[in-house]
Amino acid sequence: MAAPGASLRLVAPVWNRGTSGIRGLSRSVDPEGSQRKGRTLLQFLADHFYDVEAVREYLLQKQVLKVLRKNRSSTYIKERYGPYVAGAYFILKQGGAVKFQDKEWMRPNGRGLSGELWKLREVPIEAVDASGCAITYQGLDNLLALKELQSLSLQCCPHVDDWCLSRLYQLANSLRELSLAGCPRISERGLACLHHLQNLRRLDISHLPAVSNPGLTQILVEEMLPNCEVLGADWAQGLKLGPEEQSRDTASSPIPA
Amino acid sequence: MLRRALRLGLGPGLLGRGLGAHREGSTLDWHGKVSEIKKKIQSVLPGGAWSPLCDTSHLPPEHSDVVIVGGGVLGLSVAYWLKRLEKRQGAIRVLVVERDHTYSQASTVLSVGGIRQQFSLPENIQLSLFSVEFLRNINEYLAVVDDPPLDLQFNPSGYLFLASEEGATIMENNVKVQRQEGAKVCLMSPEQLRKKFPWMNTEGVALASYGLENEGWFDPWCLLQGLRRKVQSMGVLFCHGEVTRFVSSSNHMETAIGEKVTLKRIHEVHVKVDHSQEYQPVECAIVVNAAGAWSGRIAELAGIGKGPSGTLQGTKLPVEPRKRYVYLWHCPQGPGLEAPLVADPSGAYFRREGLGNNYLGGCSPAEEEEPDPGNLEVDHDFFQEKVWPHLAQRVPAFETLKVRRAWAGYYDYNTFDQNGVVGPHPLVVNMYFATGFSGHGLQQAPAVGRAVAEMMLEGHFQTINLSPFLFSRFYLGEKAQEHCII
Repeated sequence: MAAPGASLRLVAPVWNRGTSGIRGLSRSVDPEGSQRKGRTLLQFLADHFYDVEAVREYLLQKQVLKVLRKNRSSTYIKERYGPYVAGAYFILKQGGAVKFQDKEWMRPNGRGLSGELWKLREVPIEAVDASGCAITYQGLDNLLALKELQSLSLQCCPHVDDWCLSRLYQLANSLRELSLAGCPRISERGLACLHHLQNLRRLDISHLPAVSNPGLTQILVEEMLPNCEVLGADWAQGLKLGPEEQSRDTASSPIPA
Repeated sequence: MLRRALRLGLGPGLLGRGLGAHREGSTLDWHGKVSEIKKKIQSVLPGGAWSPLCDTSHLPPEHSDVVIVGGGVLGLSVAYWLKRLEKRQGAIRVLVVERDHTYSQASTVLSVGGIRQQFSLPENIQLSLFSVEFLRNINEYLAVVDDPPLDLQFNPSGYLFLASEEGATIMENNVKVQRQEGAKVCLMSPEQLRKKFPWMNTEGVALASYGLENEGWFDPWCLLQGLRRKVQSMGVLFCHGEVTRFVSSSNHMETAIGEKVTLKRIHEVHVKVDHSQEYQPVECAIVVNAAGAWSGRIAELAGIGKGPSGTLQGTKLPVEPRKRYVYLWHCPQGPGLEAPLVADPSGAYFRREGLGNNYLGGCSPAEEEEPDPGNLEVDHDFFQEKVWPHLAQRVPAFETLKVRRAWAGYYDYNTFDQNGVVGPHPLVVNMYFATGFSGHGLQQAPAVGRAVAEMMLEGHFQTINLSPFLFSRFYLGEKAQEHCII
């Protein structure tokens, strides 16, 4: 087992920090100071008492099950109302927004889902905004059934990773716009399977912390998708600047090299 | 009598004379005895040379329920599933014996790390499908509290198999079987290939099969470390040593028709410690042969194959080490990020490695040109003569490439039908095999581990039926031939 100090320094264990809620996961990268102290005491107890370790494992399991439960596909709704309503129901339940063709954006209001959702059986979905939702590989089934989807935003989704991207080829015919900004688990290996989406015109791959070389990745993705406008890192990011340019740039650029 | 004793006892100078003066004419040498006793007492006290308990911490334990010979990905996978599927926590004591803890010659870590579902046998496809699901959810299967999650560095870029005219029908049939089992594979014509991968020269290609999902490559060292860490946390014991001998007992029986059969049972495994003559006899109930390229040797130690040829006793385990080379080269104008692992009809294959236009690849040599598996030296002429021409013909950009590094590794090659051997031996009743996968062992390891654990615990395969891979097929001559071998 790794030393307790080492596992705290090694960054972004998404599982271990899930207590503060799903949406808080993707924002901070470093654990806060007080959380670190609390974790050390808990870790000390877990190392010395089997009961504490069992309780921690149980809590971890509960979190995992919670996310899994949210991502179950509801076959009843799919059979009764069709794939579009089922997809919209799934997204709205997770907290995202849906836009049906020729209609306005539908967001989840505090009092539950609006009644007119159930009448839109034959209307295809044009755009989905799933920013910050806890969609996993399993939950993506609901999105992939929307064959006329043109715009998909998966910004800051904490569970979307390379495996999920490898499934997006099923939307290749219709997808025009895709945003993956801020997803903590996507790396350049997942971006490589976006080459199936030849109809894509706009792709946003900025602020991906797991991509090792953002500038080079942007160039390679642009080469891979020649008709697409790729928003992402500046190509000069990561390059070492000369001495005069360095003093000028550290004043202006907020993104660390 | 009492008066005499009292007089002696109270006599002056008795103590000074010592006890020896008490009995005259006795042959007991009190002085010598006392000094011996004094020396013994001194040695037992702290600081002395003798200790009643000797340190055996470097030796394996004396008893273990299951001994797994070989600590590579297959051995660790069997250990993991045994501990996971046992009926009560802590019910089974498992010992993994690994000869080289640096894994310098192990096939697992020298592998290219690919995983695919494009096989011709349905069992292979199912094994691969479960394994990819295991890898996808690896942080649920192999989670250890307070350890960082594993990052397998999986590239979901897929495999692209190219077929010439002769192989096109076989490929179509294979793809049909693969689709039936649930693999996401599509067929491509040469025009579609040219459109999608403009860097490819499709001359001589009649058909191609492309894996769309669940195929790619990953880091095998990370999987090995993850398994090792999890398996240690579940209580499996590790031992650094080499198996030198099996002690077994035989049982002579008769079959229903009156044939004589000798059933053997292994009782002890002698594990020799590295760099020493010390060995420890480990009493065991079951032995698992997961020794990879050296499984043939372990099987011989257990007496498998010692008998007249043509009989079941004389059927050897046909697994032998075969050396395969992997070359890493740099090509600045080579295929871009979308490149899958391309397998040419000639047998040469390549894939991207990282972002820097580096590529990994190699080729399996023909039967007659097999290199000597005695060592892991790399033959660079093999690349010049056998690999590069095919690569340059398929991808014209590869005319200008520069080989950066190369290494060699072993395939645990099954000379019978290039598929794995799983399950117990019919005569040596408590030796189970998990070996012989001939180059696709890493990608099937999680599923094979589960199958062998099920066989051990339940007596039959429960989830995936691997009866075509049992040992008895070598005697019966029933080949489970796999056609898509890289």
